[in-house]
Amino acid sequence: MAELNISERQAGDVTILDMDGKVTIGEGSIALRTTIRRLLGEGKKKILLNLGSVGYIDSSGIGELVSSFTAVNKENGTLKLLNLTQKIQDLLAITKLLTVFDVFDSESDALSSFE
Amino acid sequence: MNKEKIEINLPSRLESIDKAVVEATDFASRAGFSEEALYAVDMAMRESVANAVKHGNKLDETKQVEITLKNSSEGLEIIIRDFGAGFAVEEVPDPTNPENLMRADGRGILFMKTFMDEVEWSNHARGGMIVKMLKKR
Repeated sequence: MAELNISERQAGDVTILDMDGKVTIGEGSIALRTTIRRLLGEGKKKILLNLGSVGYIDSSGIGELVSSFTAVNKENGTLKLLNLTQKIQDLLAITKLLTVFDVFDSESDALSSFE
Repeated sequence: MNKEKIEINLPSRLESIDKAVVEATDFASRAGFSEEALYAVDMAMRESVANAVKHGNKLDETKQVEITLKNSSEGLEIIIRDFGAGFAVEEVPDPTNPENLMRADGRGILFMKTFMDEVEWSNHARGGMIVKMLKKR
């Protein structure tokens, strides 16, 4: 089984990526990078990462979230985060990245914020 | 208390990181550490072995990462040695500094320091870098 499974769904012009697994150095980080690049290539620039089923993330995974955010911003898009687990929230606090990302607990609130 | 010490040598490839994490968390679990401590050991081990494999040994599979796990009355001691050129830990930029916030890398040492009670780096007399970490009981 893959380290990280990413399912894609569309809500209007927002692409939601439901992520399930681990975002760690190697396979997990690469899967996220590849998906974000593909979406940007397809002109999908409003992206919501649902991290509710991501049980584990390391510094490489945090770095990949930052790279994804930067890559989407560069294309004048927006990347936001949904359903952070307590562990991921703690890691974003430790790294002082909580203020960088727009973070939501409710999908409908997150989707409205893109409008 | 069950005193124990194990030594593991792993090749410098990314797969070794997971292997090292499993060895360390199994060891800590057998030594009676809490779930919270196991998560901390998992995080710190992952970052330190990733540093050794990627930055120290530069993914050169002919170079080993040497790991020692020790259970003592003080806690769990983890020693990791690579065979790279070494680095000065004080020269690693602070990833929480606003000018470094958007960097894709450089957070591993912060995680190691956050999740362990003590972390220290030194140069091995015969080359390579050693990191010693302690998780207290």
